[in-house]
Amino acid sequence: MTLYFTREHEWLDVAGDTATVGITDYAQGQLGDVVFVEVPEAGRVVAKGKEAAVVESVKAASDVYSPVSGTVTEANAALTEDPALVNTAPEGDGWFFKLTLSDPAELDGLMDAAAYKAWVATL
Amino acid sequence: MADSTEAALPLPLDALHRRLGARMVPFAGYAMPIQYEGIIAEHLWTRAHAGLFDVSHMGQLLVPPAEDVALETLLPGDITGLGSGVLRYSLLLDPHGGILDDLMVTRRERDLYLVVNGAVKAADIAHLRAGGISVDYRDDWALLALQGPQAVTVLERLVPGVADLRFMRAGAFAWAGHDLWVSRSGYTGEDGFEISIVADGVEAFAEALLAEPEVKPIGLGARDSLRLEAGLPLYGHDLDPGTNPIEAGLAFAISKRRKLEGGFPGAAIVLGQLLHGAPRKRIGLAIEGKLPAREGAPVFAGDTPVGTVTSGGFAPSVGAPIAMAYVAAAHAADGTPLEIEVRGRRLAATVVPMPFKPKNYVRAEGKQP
Repeated sequence: MTLYFTREHEWLDVAGDTATVGITDYAQGQLGDVVFVEVPEAGRVVAKGKEAAVVESVKAASDVYSPVSGTVTEANAALTEDPALVNTAPEGDGWFFKLTLSDPAELDGLMDAAAYKAWVATL
Repeated sequence: MADSTEAALPLPLDALHRRLGARMVPFAGYAMPIQYEGIIAEHLWTRAHAGLFDVSHMGQLLVPPAEDVALETLLPGDITGLGSGVLRYSLLLDPHGGILDDLMVTRRERDLYLVVNGAVKAADIAHLRAGGISVDYRDDWALLALQGPQAVTVLERLVPGVADLRFMRAGAFAWAGHDLWVSRSGYTGEDGFEISIVADGVEAFAEALLAEPEVKPIGLGARDSLRLEAGLPLYGHDLDPGTNPIEAGLAFAISKRRKLEGGFPGAAIVLGQLLHGAPRKRIGLAIEGKLPAREGAPVFAGDTPVGTVTSGGFAPSVGAPIAMAYVAAAHAADGTPLEIEVRGRRLAATVVPMPFKPKNYVRAEGKQP
């Protein structure tokens, strides 16, 4: 299991050729109270840097981009009933979707936890 | 997602907001607090206790009392007949009856006190002056709103006498050597007050209010969700020059004498629609499910587009998404089933009366301002 982060404030937990995707604690703090999450259904093909999900906070809708390309294997059904999981456990139970990586080389450009933390500190 | 506040001017309470941990965003040209602990918590706190809002971005203007006649040529309210210490909600109109701004006018001993929206205050001042009005723009004053069922208890403790004011009434008070102008009014649907105080005194006054156990600071985010639930339109979103008072559901802002006499901009169009009905109406929509519909979302009756959402979001006290929209009059009746399109999906919605949440105003007996 290796954690990666993007400048769009997504995290990616990779084990072999599968990965779990969510948004970071910093991102949920910026969004505020999350009231609805639209996650991609299993089987959907997502592309690196393209819209994969939508988070609705009280005040606005925000796109979530897929950090890598691949095929979605599971969406987090718990977010349907309890979208606030994104606020309370953004890097745990509030994950968005799992996917099978189509190009593991895409991981090379992502940040590790230390690099992401250092970058967020500059914002 | 990072918010930039670089181009935004600081308001008198800027340092206090930052000390309180507010997230600051640019709004109406100023750096303003969008939230402190979170919009839902702040919204629910205001409905249950008392919330303190910094609304110093709004324009506070003074007009000589003798210019009430001239002011009536720009808006449809009865200003000459306005009693001392009484607020009137009114609308600056263009020659077509389009809404240039909504505002409050209060007659005081020595002046008419106007409060206009921050985003359009420069245009308002220019418009008033072009209409022959002498405007004294008091940017040396701050404006606070204390809103919620416990607001009266808190403010009476600090400023004895305010509890005697009724809804849409105002008076002069003092706190710690500072003059206050206190109105029993607001933008949340709750009982509460709006308090004008010289900018030099506002930080100490705000801190004194925040030291009371009933009071928490509330940001713009909750101000928007509270006013949406209260069915109150927001200028620049639900009101603009493309809307008129009748379709906006604001006919109450046209005073009885003005309905008879006219003499305000766009009177022929506005009074014609008052008599014969407007082709479209501002309505409330209750939305099924949890997905909010936002400003700009198209509204359908079957396959026919019938209108557009002008404000929408999750309503914390309702526990569901709600919206305001303008729709064709034929589809505006309460109970009408409609659909809103959001990202290619159709949400079922029903036209409902506004406010979405009953108002808690403390009115003068027998008065419905």
